[in-house]
Amino acid sequence: MQKTLDKFVIGESGVVKSVGGEGKIKRRLFDMGITPGAEILLRKRAPLGDPLEITVRGYELSLRITEAQCVVLEVRDETTAGEAKQ
Amino acid sequence: MKRFALAGNPNCGKTTLFNSLTGSTAHVGNWPGVTVDKRDGVYKKCAEPVAIIDLPGIYSLSPYTPEEVIARNYILDEKPDCVINIVDATNLERNLYLTTQILEMDVPMVIALNMMDAVERQGDKIDAKELEKRLGIPVVKISALKEQGLQELMDKAFNESKKERRGSTVLKDTPIAHLIGDVRIALSGQNVGNPLFHAIKLVEGDEIEVEMHKETLPMVEEFKSTFNDEIFGTDFEALVADGRYKYISKYFAPVLTRKSKEKFAATRSDRADKVLTNRWAGIPIFLVILFLIFHLTFSENFLFISTFANWAKSPLPTLEELGLLTAEGEPINYGVRWLATIYDGTIYSPGVIVNNIWNDMIVGELFGWIQGLIEGSGMAAWAVGLLNNGIIEGLGAVLSFLPPILTLFLFFSILEDSGYMARIAFILDRMFRRFGLSGRSFLPMIMGFGCSVPAMINTRTLADEKERTATVRVIPFFSCGAKLPILTAVAGAIILQFAGGSGNADLITYAMYLLGIIVAIVCVLLMRATTLKGETPPFIMELPAYHAPQFKNLMAHLWDKTKHFIKKAFTIILASTILIWVLTHFGFDWRFLEDEQINDSILAGLSRLVQPLFTPLGFGSQLGEYGWVFVLAAVAGLIAKENVISTFATLGACLIAAGVLPGFNADAIYADDTGIQAVVAMIAATNITVPGLISFIAFNMTTIPCFAAVGTAKSELGERKRFNWTLVFWIAVSYTVGAIVYTIGAWWWTLFIWAAAAAAVTCFIVFYNKGKIKLKFPKRAK
Repeated sequence: MQKTLDKFVIGESGVVKSVGGEGKIKRRLFDMGITPGAEILLRKRAPLGDPLEITVRGYELSLRITEAQCVVLEVRDETTAGEAKQ
Repeated sequence: MKRFALAGNPNCGKTTLFNSLTGSTAHVGNWPGVTVDKRDGVYKKCAEPVAIIDLPGIYSLSPYTPEEVIARNYILDEKPDCVINIVDATNLERNLYLTTQILEMDVPMVIALNMMDAVERQGDKIDAKELEKRLGIPVVKISALKEQGLQELMDKAFNESKKERRGSTVLKDTPIAHLIGDVRIALSGQNVGNPLFHAIKLVEGDEIEVEMHKETLPMVEEFKSTFNDEIFGTDFEALVADGRYKYISKYFAPVLTRKSKEKFAATRSDRADKVLTNRWAGIPIFLVILFLIFHLTFSENFLFISTFANWAKSPLPTLEELGLLTAEGEPINYGVRWLATIYDGTIYSPGVIVNNIWNDMIVGELFGWIQGLIEGSGMAAWAVGLLNNGIIEGLGAVLSFLPPILTLFLFFSILEDSGYMARIAFILDRMFRRFGLSGRSFLPMIMGFGCSVPAMINTRTLADEKERTATVRVIPFFSCGAKLPILTAVAGAIILQFAGGSGNADLITYAMYLLGIIVAIVCVLLMRATTLKGETPPFIMELPAYHAPQFKNLMAHLWDKTKHFIKKAFTIILASTILIWVLTHFGFDWRFLEDEQINDSILAGLSRLVQPLFTPLGFGSQLGEYGWVFVLAAVAGLIAKENVISTFATLGACLIAAGVLPGFNADAIYADDTGIQAVVAMIAATNITVPGLISFIAFNMTTIPCFAAVGTAKSELGERKRFNWTLVFWIAVSYTVGAIVYTIGAWWWTLFIWAAAAAAVTCFIVFYNKGKIKLKFPKRAK
């Protein structure tokens, strides 16, 4: 199942499929390691609900909901992970 | 001398390495062009001394942030003999992303694999030899903190600097490899240096490169038009970034073997983070930390111990009650003098104790001794006056602000070093976005409470030009350490003179801090709605792992700060103090005036001239004959905020000598560190009202900051025009704020007039932005 990063619940993880957004934001997302194939875990939301904190390539990154909307991921859970292997 | 540049991600230990390598030789200067703090120093343990240049911490060499452009231009244009790329071993993939970009430049390069100890502590392993083989450049394991491997690193770097290196790329397996190759050959043909780097940036469509290589562009575009990737289409920037990370994952990441198979294992840092950015506790914890910082720096009632003692009906005895003071209120012996710096009925906070020791036991003692020598030297009266009253008193006043500035700076450095500062931005981003800023602009703003100068320099972490301008402009409203004495002195005097000595002066001080914050918010909203309109900048920010702050780094920070301040005290502030003394002791005919003739002085004349301008602010014409003292102090404050109160002291002494202030004692005014007596003397001389005094501090808080800050703003803002408008902005804001405070304080009903005016302005801006109102500006003839 694919969905954008902002729709993730805390503790959910997935693999980046595509990154959209306007030039500057997209470039920044790329530079920080959010490229197709990268694994992302949504760790938490800030006390006021936004921004989000994720783990990507072994470190913590914060980004806003509007920026998270640019990132499309393939959700990784037990069932879909199993299917992907086959 | 050979030059080695340090390049790496923010937070990879670059500063620590720099400090370890250069030791005491480090000094801070400015970059040519865009002014950003540049640090360089000398490493002496190689075959010959080597200059070490600390480049700004960066993630990439994109054209979007000023630091990245600076680092890139330095390597391309200044051609260092070797680039030492520091790689944080705990965060290998992202750090190597920058490495792959520097590799493309024709510059000798070594990798310093830092924080290996942290990796090994987790039980993970990195095969440095294998990484070296795959990268094709030397890799040295170091620990910048423990100073391990530095000699080997520098020897390797020195060795490399003798060789030539051609740029190499990790993009050779990507579908655009041949395109890059062709552009590179074309650029080489034009004798462009670093052809590979420029070729890749051109293919990416990098703004700066496109501008630089206009003639090659049609060729690149032609190549590009025939190309269409199945995943990325014609998004070359994405293709390149993806190509780098793919290569890193495939060839470099495997050198790391993790002990735990769990991809997202929780560390100690994660557990700390769970509490500190907790949904419910996060904001309260932040407020408590902020309160603690200010409490530990400024409170004379440490942890409210004496308040608790009063509640328990067993108040702590004062020194007088203990019989430790003489009849004149002086400590009975040297030991008691030390005790008095810590305790007098209440226990002082550490910041206050440091302040007392510095002012009473060190500076006070030393300057008193020097003044005694000068008085006994038999010099001419005017020379003794200039030295003792002009220079030494002025310097003493300035140096007395060093402890609070440093204490605040120490706390902020701890927050920054520990990684909590980034979390503050994370917690508060939502709130700041409302004002059109990102949570990141919070860092420089709160640093403004310590000193505007480092705060303004810190704004270069903001990628968005408009956000940066807005932040630089409002930083001075976050009342800095040097403005605090103005607040405490005037607030103390208000309580003493108008409230009969009972009341809470701190409340006035806090209220003024709050006023500064409110003015800042209003101004940001106003600017973002009018002159600095734009999208809210992105907030894609690394949250570094928490770690204990390093004592050595903190001390290096503080030492930098102290040096800067002392330099300022002995140059610009000393010069202005002398200038003021001269201007108050010479008339327009350059005749030397005795203290009692101050009314005839040049400065009095000038201040009288502009005094009427300040009437709407409550310290203008209504104050009568000596009203110009406030104008003069405000003007002196433009040179350095520390001058405001020291000017009061000088003027107080002059007025006493002139017989204007019967019952006042010049020595008592000078002896009073708080400056309260100086302000009381001014109140007695002018009959200024409370609203006038509050307006005076509000004006000083929001007006043009000290010269050091103005200079920083000028270089940080870059454009001349933008800087000029910033000066106009500061004057306009302070005048308006002063007028609002005074009129509402004096006549409460004017509140409605100001509210109506504010509503009208808001409506106008809202409607104007919606396009409902159109302004017709007469077009300028060309």
